[in-house]
Amino acid sequence: MAETKGSGLDKNNKYDRQLRLWGDHGQSALEAARVCLINATATGTEILKNVILPGIGSFTIVDGHKVRGEDVGNNFFLLADSIGKSRAQVATELLGELNDDVTGNFVEESVETLLESNPDYFSTFSVVVAINLHEKALLQLGGVLWEKNIPLLVCRCYGFIGYLRLAVREHTIVESHPDSALEDLRLDRPFPGLQTFCDSLNMETMTKKEHGHTPWLVLLYKYVQEWKKTHDGQIPKNYKEKNMLKEMIRKGIRQNEEGVPELEENFDEAVTHVNSALVTTRIPSEVQALFDDPCCTNINSESKTFWILCRALHDFVHNEGNGDLPLRGTIPDMTSDSERYIQLQNVYREQAATDMTAIRNRVHALLQSLGRDEPVFVDPKVSHSSPCGAVSDNEIKTFCRNAAFLRLVRCRSLAEEYGTNTVNKDELNMHLESEEGDDLLFYILLRGVDRFYDEYNRYPGRDNSDVEPDIPKLKTCLTKLLHDWGLSGTVKEDYIHEMCRYGASEVHSIASYMGGVVAQEVIKILTTQFVPINNTYVYNGFLQTSTTVQL
Amino acid sequence: MSGDMDWSGRWNHIKRLLERTGPFAHPDFEPSSEILGFMQDSCKILVIGAGGLGCELLKDLALMGFRDIHVIDMDTIDVSNLNRQFLFRPKDVGSPKADVAATFVNARVPGCKVTAHYAKIQDYDEPFYSGFHILVCGLDSIVARRWINGMLIGLLRYEDGQLDQSSIIPLVDGGTEGFKGNARVVLPGMTACVECTLDLYPPQINFPLCTIAHTPRLPEHCIEYVRILLWPKEEPFGAGVGIDGDDPKHINWILQKSQDRAEEYNIIGITYRLTQGVVKRIIPAVASTNAVIAAACATEVFKLASSCCQPLNNYMNFNDTEGVYTYTFEAQKREDCLLCSNAPQTLTFTESDKLQDVITFLIESNTYQMKSPGITTSAHGKNKTLYMQTVKSIEERTRENLKKTLKELGLRSGQELYVADVTTPSAVTFTLNLASHMEMGADSENTVAN
Repeated sequence: MAETKGSGLDKNNKYDRQLRLWGDHGQSALEAARVCLINATATGTEILKNVILPGIGSFTIVDGHKVRGEDVGNNFFLLADSIGKSRAQVATELLGELNDDVTGNFVEESVETLLESNPDYFSTFSVVVAINLHEKALLQLGGVLWEKNIPLLVCRCYGFIGYLRLAVREHTIVESHPDSALEDLRLDRPFPGLQTFCDSLNMETMTKKEHGHTPWLVLLYKYVQEWKKTHDGQIPKNYKEKNMLKEMIRKGIRQNEEGVPELEENFDEAVTHVNSALVTTRIPSEVQALFDDPCCTNINSESKTFWILCRALHDFVHNEGNGDLPLRGTIPDMTSDSERYIQLQNVYREQAATDMTAIRNRVHALLQSLGRDEPVFVDPKVSHSSPCGAVSDNEIKTFCRNAAFLRLVRCRSLAEEYGTNTVNKDELNMHLESEEGDDLLFYILLRGVDRFYDEYNRYPGRDNSDVEPDIPKLKTCLTKLLHDWGLSGTVKEDYIHEMCRYGASEVHSIASYMGGVVAQEVIKILTTQFVPINNTYVYNGFLQTSTTVQL
Repeated sequence: MSGDMDWSGRWNHIKRLLERTGPFAHPDFEPSSEILGFMQDSCKILVIGAGGLGCELLKDLALMGFRDIHVIDMDTIDVSNLNRQFLFRPKDVGSPKADVAATFVNARVPGCKVTAHYAKIQDYDEPFYSGFHILVCGLDSIVARRWINGMLIGLLRYEDGQLDQSSIIPLVDGGTEGFKGNARVVLPGMTACVECTLDLYPPQINFPLCTIAHTPRLPEHCIEYVRILLWPKEEPFGAGVGIDGDDPKHINWILQKSQDRAEEYNIIGITYRLTQGVVKRIIPAVASTNAVIAAACATEVFKLASSCCQPLNNYMNFNDTEGVYTYTFEAQKREDCLLCSNAPQTLTFTESDKLQDVITFLIESNTYQMKSPGITTSAHGKNKTLYMQTVKSIEERTRENLKKTLKELGLRSGQELYVADVTTPSAVTFTLNLASHMEMGADSENTVAN
């Protein structure tokens, strides 16, 4: 056991560069997490390294292997003089040095033994990462964790190929942090506060300075109103109509005494934003799917907070929201004097606050109707819990602000993926038949080499002299595998040859790549921010390409 | 020699790739047990940067069989590095990154000999850089990347217009920002170089000074006001004391003053973290992305050194905000690239354009994106500096020239201009094309003539 105590360094300082990505609440979630790694191979220790550095609560390594010479060769967290010692112990000690705020533990046992002697052992972890498990143990572990609703990440590196599978029943995300999200401006359906504010500004009577510093949002509102008058109350819909609106806006630029248009940047900005800002406000399909989900329609006293919030959101949309989500309440920066920009910003903020209050009332009413007086899990660092309890105002606020970005990931179970009747043969067949090379073929090949292992008790191409003779043997294994799936195609010979060349080698740089990828998925799961894969990721290191599919 | 430090099975994993061939190997690949010996004993690698990517690269390369590795970095270790730069411990804060990183890897990986250079890349010249087989960059500065790229292109030799293949030193370059990153392979003179693809870098966001001074709307505007305008005026920590973004006293002063200004305009949202972020232009960074990009780069170095597989052709983008996404493509070499094309470069202006117009063009043009170009020409066999910003005395002496027209400066069509900038290690030669107003058609703006 490598117990460590806190480093005493200021965490705001030490974690500054990542707090800017997932915030203090994301960090708290990480620090509360218990991560389990099965098998401290190079891939395994690299994954752990990348979650220990950002400061998870604790890690536990389950590994019954003794360190071999080739393990030290590709693994930064083993030493030459640790050959013959417990791999779990040595790795735990060296990984523990990375961050004094993280506690490291190990169990010197194989996962097979542990599953037999104490299957409940894994139920205390926030997430389990399994490396290089054989099919039987994998499916057994997958079953146990699926039952307990604990996320499982399965990873493997083989030559130039990396493989990752996420198995989680249900993972809900409020803060998905989309890279490029449209602003929520409601120019197509302006809310009363926006109408009042824009209508209160008279372009005709403005000074030159005011005219050139009126926010483009206001300009666009005004020109859209004018447009609607002559177009049956409709906003410009197509390219042609939008161009006509742009022309209208350009004509609004003030002219000097000689009739030359002034330089008014705000008008230029209004023209530029016609396409991106004049969009129809609608419920994103992901959010609509949440509304239609049985978890949302049939909430009960056991429902997760997320689903209660979803239900409140749904009810809001169909009542106070008049068909729309709560207003996000933010506007982009734009040319303006400070005063009117802040006023406009407040107009959006106030409407967002009103919407948020309506949803909060609905949440609390729902909780009461469900008899949920006991607080559901609320992170103490995040919440300023209102007396009404259960769900904090901050949580509701974050939920409202992200209402358009809510996401849900439900993976298929490993049992379904491996079951002869439930295998996703359509997907596999599509990749099998694709003309040019396809990274997913390596998934099929990985399943193929497992079958080879079952038959020969070694992987193809273990020794240099095995490579050539193993090609037809692996091919036979693949044919059987595909036959079991009810597929008639074959895997290209080139790919089979390449797989035999690899001989189950675990190359450090490939392990390190997957170490980064898997760690990031662990962080997504633990923080419930950003969107994890669903459900299989294959990395091709020789082409530097990758692909994700649902299997 | 290579066997001394080895134990049984040590290189089993990579040997399988080096001692066997396969359908995806480089056409010239001859599998043999000698390739590992070459990588260990002869192949010399330079890692540029010992930060987030650099630490990962050193580990990766050492475990992939490389032994003669040099690392160069001018920085010392800060507390905020420890969330990802895993070769550093709290006790190392303040020490040079290159030294600590090299010492750690040498102690951890027997036989590996990392040589540290606590220095700027500009402190070394051609003989140093030409001594390496492959360069790997893990930098957070575009200017430094361009400088290194320029150095490697400067090392190319041409005979009768033919590129001497033995003068090519491949450049593997990685970059990260938050959950995004990219990795690329540049074969200087052969494939797209850093300068060919300048448009891939997003322009730096600067707020207009008038917004900062007169119409602040965002908390960032208030912080920039204090940083740019108030600090030099008030000199809160003494005359000539610049802002130290790591000094809490400095940041707190800026925070306080920014809050005052924000209050005046009813702007909300100023925090310590935001203030420090704006002042230091902090780019978010995590261990995972650095691991991914460095590993992709190390894989490419391994391929280039061993030929066991074709190298990346030639650019990969990575983003794991939503799922895990990669996009791999072949960036195109520019036939008129300023650095790697060998094509003569022409600057077209009119006689009445001022020298300032030329400088502005070199800075603002998407193709050149220079920072502080200095221009020299030769007349009557003598070199004449027209303008140079980087040396104070010369700047003062040549400042008047900026307002002069090219005609007044006595420049003629066909004359050569030598442009020096921080983005390249040596000056670039342009031929001046002086057109009369008539020749400059309405649609022919200042562009490079082919």
